[in-house]
Amino acid sequence: MAFVNMKTKEVQAKIVFYGPGRGGKTSNLEYIYSKFRERIKSEMVSIKTHGDRTLFFDFLPFDIGKIMGYDVKVQLYTVPGQVKYDATRKLVLKGVDGIVFVADSQVEQRKKNVLSLKNLQENLSTYKKSIFKVPLVLQYNKRDLKDVPLLPIEVMDKDLNSQLKVPSFPASAVTGHNVVPTLKKIISATMASLQNVLK
Amino acid sequence: MGSEYDDNASFTDYSLGPEQLEVIEQVLEEDLIESGVHSVMLIDMAGNIIAQHDNGEAQHDLYSLAALASANFAAVDTMAKIVGEEEFSLLFHKGESENIHFSKVNPEYLLITIFGKDVALGLLRLKVAEAIQKINDVW
Amino acid sequence: MGSNYDDISFSEYTLGQEQLDQIEAILHEDLVESGVNSVLLIDMAGNIIANRDNGLCDHDVYSLAALASANFAAVDTMAKLVGEQEFSLLFHKGENENIHFSKINPEFLLISIFGKNVTLGLLRLKVTEAIEKINGLLEK
Repeated sequence: MAFVNMKTKEVQAKIVFYGPGRGGKTSNLEYIYSKFRERIKSEMVSIKTHGDRTLFFDFLPFDIGKIMGYDVKVQLYTVPGQVKYDATRKLVLKGVDGIVFVADSQVEQRKKNVLSLKNLQENLSTYKKSIFKVPLVLQYNKRDLKDVPLLPIEVMDKDLNSQLKVPSFPASAVTGHNVVPTLKKIISATMASLQNVLK
Repeated sequence: MGSEYDDNASFTDYSLGPEQLEVIEQVLEEDLIESGVHSVMLIDMAGNIIAQHDNGEAQHDLYSLAALASANFAAVDTMAKIVGEEEFSLLFHKGESENIHFSKVNPEYLLITIFGKDVALGLLRLKVAEAIQKINDVW
Repeated sequence: MGSNYDDISFSEYTLGQEQLDQIEAILHEDLVESGVNSVLLIDMAGNIIANRDNGLCDHDVYSLAALASANFAAVDTMAKLVGEQEFSLLFHKGENENIHFSKINPEFLLISIFGKNVTLGLLRLKVTEAIEKINGLLEK
């Protein structure tokens, strides 16, 4: 539910980074924040526990410039990934315009990725949104890890993307590999879905 | 699944033209800022800022405040439902010198006011109630 | 980064069984016996440390704890954004049920759910007493 201000010619759209706990959602935002520091006027807001786990969300407003004459601001959010935070996770999805699903490439996280994606589908349906229609990009994070077994990309595709058939990126939020391409992809998919309104 | 989803209505159940926004901003200024409120925002439940006005001295990070306010409102609303309430009464947080007041305008919108010691809570509530009525008349 | 990472709690506190028993006794005697319907001691990550109720509530206390800790942290962040150290205690009023939040220390929150039979004044008094006792226990 993006908001288009016809008076100030400004669009605000909400993009949410979803995925299992410790998968790298916050790290994605931190990398974006450090990379585009000069374009982001405010501080990144993180509501987290003392143990440095996301408790409610991270928030980063990001000016992406003009599209079709509108000044476009995307508001990047993360959700808390831990299973026990489902009530708050659901709240962050309210009014979402685009989603990046950050999956963990470690072999031992395979099941958690699938469960989290299923949880996304359920939570979207409470807002009467279908996971098959909302702008969505998958990111297979932690490809940089060397000491632990990683899932082959084909396996992750089969697990997570065989029905969705959305764009996917192998990435590393820590090194920054493919973080910006992931972001660009979800922004363009989100803007494309909003286009009818901007015309 | 199909029919129970409304993805095509991805764009806000409400739409506001420039004239309507003009009227709303005027209400925010005349009813609230001129009564001594430091900063006022009309936001939607997703955390987008619909309209905003301040006294020229407030320098808050409004986008972050809007994100926090909407999420917080939703959290309180969910807690109300868990304990069997329709909703909790309006929200007000008191600080040493700045206070925040939340008010639901309708199911889509929230009015957030930030004010100091020079405005009594009673007066603020009255002014907010008046402003909300005027904003609701705009639709 | 093992598979059980999600299950490790990062608590900086440790509470023995004896302390927990004593805390539950305080929650019961000071709050539930004063008419509070349900009371939760949670940590700032939303974990329930202790819970007592009058036996008539069947609230989803796990969701409540997660929402309450998130809510508390969000209000705290808003306070800092407008230049405040923190906002005063939180209280939400409903038709029949009310929720009251109180910070015990940087680690713990006390959440009381109460109805019309308890006045806010009495509740605050009882909460303050309970917090003093709990803090006394935690310092040991």
